[in-house]
Amino acid sequence: MDTDIAIVGGGLVGLAVAWGLLKLGQRVTVIDGADTTLSASRGNFGLVWVQGKGTRAPAYARWSQHAAGLWSGFASELQDATGIDLELQQDGGLDLHFSEDSLQEWVSKYEGLRDALGGDYPYEVLRGDDLRREEPEIGPKVVGGILHQQDGHVNPLRLLRALDGVVRNNGARVMTGANVETITKPDGFRLTLEDGATVTAGKVVLAAGLGSAKLGRELGFLAPVTPERGQILITEKLPKLIRRPSLIARQVGSGGVQIGATNETVGLNDDVTIKGIAQLASEAVAAYPILAQAQLLRSWGALRVMTPDGLPIYAESETMPGAYLITCHSGVTLASTHALLLPAWLVKNSKLRDLEVFGETRFAV
Amino acid sequence: MTNCKMDTMGRVNLAIVGAGPAGMAAARQAVDVGLKVVLLDEQPRVGGQIYRNVTRAAYSHGEALGQDYVSGLKLAEAVQHRQITHKSKAAVWSIEPGCVHYRDQSGMGVVNADHVLLATGAIERPMPLKGWTLPGVMTAGAAQIMLKQSAVAPRQAVLVGSGPLLYLVAVQLLRAGCPPSALVETQLGRDKRRAIQYWRGALAGWRYLRQGLDLMIELRNAGIRRFEGAHDLVLLGENRVESVHFRSGGRLREIGCDTVLLHHGVIPNIHATKAAGIGHHWSPRRQAFAPNVDQWGQSDINQLWIAGDNAGITGAVGSALSGSIAALGIAGALGSLTQSERDMRARPLLAKRAKEFKFRSFIERAFPPYKQALLPDDSVPICRCEEVTAGEIRSALAHGQGAGPNQIKAYTRVGMGRCQGRICGTTVSRLIAEAQGTSVGEIEHFKIRPPLRPVTLGALASLHDPEDPLEQVGIHD
Amino acid sequence: MKPDSRFERLEQDVVLVPVRFDGQDYALPEGANLAAALMAEGVDVFRKTRRHREWRGPYCLMGVCFECIVKIGDETRQACLEEVQAGMEIMRHDELQDGHNGAR
Repeated sequence: MDTDIAIVGGGLVGLAVAWGLLKLGQRVTVIDGADTTLSASRGNFGLVWVQGKGTRAPAYARWSQHAAGLWSGFASELQDATGIDLELQQDGGLDLHFSEDSLQEWVSKYEGLRDALGGDYPYEVLRGDDLRREEPEIGPKVVGGILHQQDGHVNPLRLLRALDGVVRNNGARVMTGANVETITKPDGFRLTLEDGATVTAGKVVLAAGLGSAKLGRELGFLAPVTPERGQILITEKLPKLIRRPSLIARQVGSGGVQIGATNETVGLNDDVTIKGIAQLASEAVAAYPILAQAQLLRSWGALRVMTPDGLPIYAESETMPGAYLITCHSGVTLASTHALLLPAWLVKNSKLRDLEVFGETRFAV
Repeated sequence: MTNCKMDTMGRVNLAIVGAGPAGMAAARQAVDVGLKVVLLDEQPRVGGQIYRNVTRAAYSHGEALGQDYVSGLKLAEAVQHRQITHKSKAAVWSIEPGCVHYRDQSGMGVVNADHVLLATGAIERPMPLKGWTLPGVMTAGAAQIMLKQSAVAPRQAVLVGSGPLLYLVAVQLLRAGCPPSALVETQLGRDKRRAIQYWRGALAGWRYLRQGLDLMIELRNAGIRRFEGAHDLVLLGENRVESVHFRSGGRLREIGCDTVLLHHGVIPNIHATKAAGIGHHWSPRRQAFAPNVDQWGQSDINQLWIAGDNAGITGAVGSALSGSIAALGIAGALGSLTQSERDMRARPLLAKRAKEFKFRSFIERAFPPYKQALLPDDSVPICRCEEVTAGEIRSALAHGQGAGPNQIKAYTRVGMGRCQGRICGTTVSRLIAEAQGTSVGEIEHFKIRPPLRPVTLGALASLHDPEDPLEQVGIHD
Repeated sequence: MKPDSRFERLEQDVVLVPVRFDGQDYALPEGANLAAALMAEGVDVFRKTRRHREWRGPYCLMGVCFECIVKIGDETRQACLEEVQAGMEIMRHDELQDGHNGAR
């Protein structure tokens, strides 16, 4: 065998899992795609986020909370190992609302969720002066916001770079610009790359985002992943205007205000549209009027990796044991759990306690 | 992108982005065959870079700028036509088939057009050297623009690099009463000897050659120092440039100065064509990326056309010809001309352009780019905006981080600044090719997205129509 | 004190209008290219970078390099794409002063 575990996909999910596996003493090979691959990890927004997740599936809310709770320890370890400041801030995050109706709708969802979670769901509703005291630049069109204490944000590109660095420094083999064409299991697993090269492995983890759909089916998974486009804007660097991240905007470490993101079903298309970026700008200016003067520096589109119910999939193949599928659309938030909790499941073949809900059986009709 | 709002002026046949020689010639040719045209340009007056401000400066100091410059008046006057709407000071920030979005002093605007012609010209090939970011270091073209548009000239500039523009700017400064203190030329004698093999090309441009010789004679008579085969160039200074250091003729030399003008050729300005999604290729001879076009300037995207230096460097005369040829192609596509009418009109233009191309190939060999600026030393910043050095790129590549420019961008922030990679893009692709031991043609270039020019969020927000929101799926979960 | 200019003005019969740059008063030709007009008056430094705190000045003068950015009122603009108008309030651009020290 070339390696104990081959990980297909060198994005946030694959690298986080790889780091955890290395710490368990595994030999790991990460195979990452070409420069133009539709990479969600290079285009995401950077929230470490709990609120809004799992309103219909408390287990997912719990898992996200768990991840958020592990984040600061995960970040310090990663920062110590690489010297890269991840710019993690976890002082809470806001969901801003422009109408009382939508605010109430979400508050009642959170009340239900808080009950389902036995009271552990720390949020508060801020209005008027209370809201402006927390966020002075919020404009009059905002009727209120939900401040969830467990929310925060991080620099996602530094996270990617740090994970890439730590994985390499810990002895993983990382192949870039390599596309896996087929995976077979004559004895162990054999991964054949586009250029004809092969990698043999005892186990294989599919963490290829949208690329997991095709490979997943070859390995006996349903792999029902589909793209959802998010368009994002970033302004020039500005003085400190926004204290806490919101679902509309967050201010990054170097001062730029990042604005996002749309949620569009448009297939494998990561273009930006005038309509999309104009609407994002309009929402941002409505929420934080001072942004009207700020120059837009760049825009981009990226594709979220969505499952039918929005929840992650953590599954081992029934037909080809030793093949695993890991996919989610919250590669940033869940990076901590992916690095700290999933590796034990992958190595020990132990049941994934409390996480069976994320198996593929939920999609079986 | 597919969201073209309708502008009040209604649809025109052709929107042209860029009012240089290609754009102006295309506009006039298009109206001459009955098309309705909008010509957009960022500058207050037509002319582009080469004929910048020609409608004024040709009269006030045409003598210093020379006959070739003054000849641009003819084109500039030809676009004073009632079927040509010239939108000046219009910063085009998004281009797609069917529409061009721009920002001007009155706010955001859009032009709806059957066809769009991109005539966004050339940029000077960036010349990353140690010290090139010091204030006082500009491009030779920048000095020329100052002369044309503002009648301002640096007193004792040192011109550094290679190419015909270096001599032209030197002579223009000389005639303006501000002789440069030296020309530090990076091309070698053997480059010229090698170029002689392409004498047919030289012959095709004999008029240019004679002009070139005249320029050199003028410089010699004025006693301006020239150093050939300069290498190991370094610009030094505390907070601004103070001296140029280099080796030439086996000796280390130093010239004190407060203005350095860099130039080592021009390359297509591919920012707009990349952003429009048009395919590009690498030209090893030109050492530059260029968009894929046919002889008419039709790109690989329907209704998007390209003419002038941004389709491949041809110079002012060749660009004007390309503009006319593209306009004929577009008229043919619209059915305003039959195919045979189109071909008949285009034939002499195509023949003339072929001569210009031949001459370019001679020039490209006689004045190759300065090698040490193509693959700069580790200490040299290549991304001026985000302050990323060649060494930082090489180090990321050595760690295996990134198979191409878009990955390397995510890792190092190279190309993420205000210029959106206009300055560093080609160098990044070249450094990746170097690390992978392959040709630049095998490497991608940055993916470019709007806005092509800066717009404020407020201006962008004004385009949002609350009655017509984006179709979105559930925002949470 | 304003610095000496390294440039020669070739035209003298121009209409000068007052503008302020970084707190200094200047008389610049009305309608002229702002970057060129400031350089002609001895201004070489237009912005300060964030990472290495370097001074920068105009490089390309054709809108490509963004080295000549300044603040005009509240907006960041490329000086080489602006025309001189009477009463302009211009400040040097400082990416760090404008930004802040990071989230933590």
